Amino acid sequence: MATVDTNTPHDALDLVNSQRKKGVEFVVMAILILCSLVAVLVTVGIVLSLIFEAYRFFERIPMTEFLFGTQWSPQTALRADQVAAEGAFGAVPLITGTLLISFIAMCVATPLGLMSAIYLSEYASKRFRDFVKPALEILAGIPTVVYGFFAALTVAPLLRSGGESVGLNVSSESALAAGLIMGMMIIPLISSLSDDVINSVPQAMRDASLGLGATHSETIRKVVLPSAIPGVAGALLLAASRAIGETMIVVMAAGLAANLTANPLEAVTTITAQIVALLTGDQEFDSAKTLSAFALGLLLFVVTLCLNIIALRIVRKYQEQYD
Amino acid sequence: MSKTAIITAKDVDVFYGDKQALDKIALDIPEYKVTSLIGPSGCGKSTFLRCINRMNDLVPIARVEGDIRIAGQDIYAPEVDVVALRAQVGMVFQKPNPFPKSIYENVAYGPKIHGLAKGKTEMDELVQWALEKAGLWNEVKDRLDQPGTGLSGGQQQRLCIARTIAVKPKVVLMDEPCSALDPIATAIIEELIDELRQNFTIVIVTHSMQQAARVSQRTAFFHLGTLVETGPTKNIFTSPEDERTQNYITGRIG
Ligand SMILES: Nc1ncnc2c1ncn2[C@@H]1O[C@H](COP(=O)(O)OP(=O)(O)OP(=O)(O)O)[C@@H](O)[C@H]1O
Ligand SMILES: [Mg+2]
Repeated sequence: MATVDTNTPHDALDLVNSQRKKGVEFVVMAILILCSLVAVLVTVGIVLSLIFEAYRFFERIPMTEFLFGTQWSPQTALRADQVAAEGAFGAVPLITGTLLISFIAMCVATPLGLMSAIYLSEYASKRFRDFVKPALEILAGIPTVVYGFFAALTVAPLLRSGGESVGLNVSSESALAAGLIMGMMIIPLISSLSDDVINSVPQAMRDASLGLGATHSETIRKVVLPSAIPGVAGALLLAASRAIGETMIVVMAAGLAANLTANPLEAVTTITAQIVALLTGDQEFDSAKTLSAFALGLLLFVVTLCLNIIALRIVRKYQEQYD
Repeated sequence: MSKTAIITAKDVDVFYGDKQALDKIALDIPEYKVTSLIGPSGCGKSTFLRCINRMNDLVPIARVEGDIRIAGQDIYAPEVDVVALRAQVGMVFQKPNPFPKSIYENVAYGPKIHGLAKGKTEMDELVQWALEKAGLWNEVKDRLDQPGTGLSGGQQQRLCIARTIAVKPKVVLMDEPCSALDPIATAIIEELIDELRQNFTIVIVTHSMQQAARVSQRTAFFHLGTLVETGPTKNIFTSPEDERTQNYITGRIG
């Protein structure tokens, strides 16, 4: 048949009878929107209250004093009617304490996490990998309070007696103990992210290098790692932001003394530990002491937000590179 | 022909796990000629090619049996260093895969690893030589420091060829080097292959009968893991002895 027959009548297509479904669609969509709104609204609410309360704090204590002051001793009012000095609200010792502990943690976790990622993705047999990867994930699932008492009850005394035997004075709560254990805590984060990044370097790159007569380790050092560096950097930033925001370990192992020091053997305190200290027990919601917790919270929020944004940017840009 | 054969394969079996991919392959590949491997998809062309520089070692489940010699030397002998072998037997892959490094660094990568150039000027000369041989020099000489990934597909493939020959291998293996390229880029590379045969022995896998006819002097036809027929390209395409070859080149199987 050369031409198409258009004369034979055919059944009309049923295109109008979908009214029934529209109602359902609408309800489903409304529920979904509501659910996602809850999360968004809570976030916005938290940020707004942080900003608002922090603003009230800065009405009493100038921001410059907060950001650049080197004395931290929020007055501990015993009675509400007690007349006393406002206390000192210089956050510098808290910031340096936070950075010191996070730095120690990163020094521990970066090489260990990265090396294990390289081993897992490049050398390990499939069987070993199938065993170790879940084990690492369990490590990531341990509640931080457990790490915390491990740091306080096991590692800190060990460091102390170890220090004594070589004539070093290690305080019973130290930045080192907290940093070491925090490092352990973020190893799984670094290794599993880096493992993903290393695995996403295309096999074609490795084939090209091996095909030119490069050895396995030359290939890793000269092709795989350079390609993976941006992604690894992103992973490290995420880990750093996790370390800066970590609370339980530092509360339990680093102490509450706001020392301005770079000595890892001394007790230091961090932003998060101070927030806990400020807000545990009965509160007076008007005192500078309580309000300072919001200012600290805001500071922490801004720092980790920036780190996260930068890290995600880097990771995303890296992923685009091979798409 | 076997007098000048640089690669001789005898009784080569390859298994992936339990599955046999190649069965008793015996093939001689002459020096300074282009030999093309043709055959329907899945017949084991790539597998055979990858035996020649032992890239199959990288596939955990692959097992190679039999005897493959290059210039008389058993390349699967226990004392053979795979790394040294791959420096002698280069490979160009189906999809252009330049490193995310500069054009210069791409070409210099192999020579650096093998310490082929002493000092900067020697390396510069080697890079220029390889790029010239690959017919890419004029297009990139002003932007050697730019990323190799920024070139067009055809240029990238020529960069990969330059990168391979910069190591000065004896044999260059090419697995469907033009399958990701347009006809013009393909023509350029075919011309290049013809020139390269002055200095290198070339083995090329291709799905294009015309390409095999244009670039190669000898052709081997694979079918279902066996080597059906091999001979001068002209004979294979004009008077094949086996019916399966006949059917394949006339487009009846494949
Ligand atoms: N890594 C591998 N693991 C398991 N089986 C494989 C592997 N590589 C190839 N094979 C099998 O070996 C056989 C030959 O594959 P090969 O890639 O050599 O074919 P080919 O001739 O190159 O095909 P094509 O023309 O499609 O590239 C196929 O049946 C394939 O499924
Ligand atoms: Mg193939």
